[in-house]
Amino acid sequence: MGIRTLIGMLVAAVAVIAAMATQEAYRLFLPGLLQGAVLTIEIAILGSLLAIVMGVFAALARLYGPAPVRWLATVYVEIFRGTSALVQLFWLFFVLPQFGVSLDAFLVAVVALGLNVGAYGSEVVRGAILSVARGQWEACTALNMSRAQMLRRIILPQAFVAMIPPWGNLFIELLKSTALVSLITLSDLAFKAQQMNQNTFKTIPIFTLVLLMYLAMSLVLTIGMRLLERRASLGLARGRAG
Amino acid sequence: MTEQPMVRFENVSKRYGALTVLDGLNLDIARGEKVSIIGPSGSGKTTVLRMLMTLETINDGVIWVEGEPLTHMKKNGTLVPADLAHIRKIRAKIGMVFQSFNLFPHMTAMQNCIEAPITVLGMKRTDAEARAAELLDMVGLSQKKDHYPSQLSGGQQQRVAIARACAMRPKIMLFDEVTSALDPELVGEVLEVIRKLGREHDLTMLMVTHQMGFAKEFSDRVCFFHAGKICEQGPPNELFGAPKNERTRQFLHAVLEAG
Ligand SMILES: Nc1ncnc2c1ncn2[C@@H]1O[C@H](COP(=O)(O)OP(=O)(O)OP(=O)(O)O)[C@@H](O)[C@H]1O
Ligand SMILES: [Mg+2]
Repeated sequence: MGIRTLIGMLVAAVAVIAAMATQEAYRLFLPGLLQGAVLTIEIAILGSLLAIVMGVFAALARLYGPAPVRWLATVYVEIFRGTSALVQLFWLFFVLPQFGVSLDAFLVAVVALGLNVGAYGSEVVRGAILSVARGQWEACTALNMSRAQMLRRIILPQAFVAMIPPWGNLFIELLKSTALVSLITLSDLAFKAQQMNQNTFKTIPIFTLVLLMYLAMSLVLTIGMRLLERRASLGLARGRAG
Repeated sequence: MTEQPMVRFENVSKRYGALTVLDGLNLDIARGEKVSIIGPSGSGKTTVLRMLMTLETINDGVIWVEGEPLTHMKKNGTLVPADLAHIRKIRAKIGMVFQSFNLFPHMTAMQNCIEAPITVLGMKRTDAEARAAELLDMVGLSQKKDHYPSQLSGGQQQRVAIARACAMRPKIMLFDEVTSALDPELVGEVLEVIRKLGREHDLTMLMVTHQMGFAKEFSDRVCFFHAGKICEQGPPNELFGAPKNERTRQFLHAVLEAG
């Protein structure tokens, strides 16, 4: 989909939210929902940052780490890909305290979602690194670069472009998964909506607003990733197309 | 006292599974010598260069550079397989130019030439740039220093690749069919740069080539490879003028036939 269409959709979603806000009956839901949305956004951003860090480290560890590090990274990736985010949240929030480690719910949310998405992200990073042409690695060797120098200066900058679209998908997955945190006592957007619905039974306006808010957030994300992709591939295009 | 060879392949073998690509190769290359490697496809020519560049490991034997082992290191008086630190120390003397250029696409010609001098040799940026500018001038591309690889013709890209390799000040330069990917009209400009490099720099050169005319005119010695062995070697006049081996004759005949 073109970036204009996406921006059009975003404008429409925000316009509908604004129009609904002019209605007396809907206006009173807005502050609570926005409060929830802020928490959702905070968790999504911090979780995404953790996911990037984990994804890059796990990928490098699996590709180049010494055997124990490699195993550790593989175990991490398989556990977090192989079990659901909900179970991971519950485990960190309800089971870990039984072993004497109590974490704040917000921290659990960020850590669980970040680790979960980071596990998928490591495959994205790994694939992108391996997709860089073999000749690039060989040129680095011929110039006597160390592994770290090759990765940092030559391979990762080229792999970066290939990583952007799949990371965009993962960030959206993460954003949607934040709705799970309402199950560990956090008042995110989904939680606020349920709470208001139980109190007022105004199901249609509440969930319509919530739907539009999630849509707006993911559209912002998609548009941002598209712009990033466009910028990054421009740098490479100067080097590719002739 | 005879001088150390710059490069010595001592009984080097390379196998891929059951396939023996090089079989007990012995080859000495003197300091400053220009050696061409010719031979049919699959005879192991590229493999020789790749082993010396440490892009391939070897299965048997030892490769020496200026009297020091490259593939091995000395430990308690015996040779053990080299670790990465040792390999990098010796490898610093070797540079390579590839058939497919392998320039870094996200960097300009200038950036390609200063990257490794700065990150690997720890040179100051201004010094690296000054050296790169000289080298780009030598290959006739000072005008194109801010161009990205895609904005350059194949011949220009290959000349940048030569400048990039030279920027690391290697003593030994390896060329693997560096004109094979080029349109015929661009071959000459690259060969001219290699000639210049041979004249002006004190380099030991080892090149795999299908350009028989160039091999004849440029090299001190030509090695004809066949099935993973040196089948015949000698000064270009002798090898091209009066090949002794039947296989060499057949190969040269076939190549000249093809034009
Ligand atoms: N990575 C590899 N795995 C398996 N076999 C290989 C590999 N690399 C090379 N070979 C084989 O080794 C042999 C020698 O290859 P090499 O590339 O050295 O030949 P060459 O003389 O350079 O040929 P050409 O003139 O076609 O470039 C060939 O039979 C080739 O198929
Ligand atoms: Mg070859």
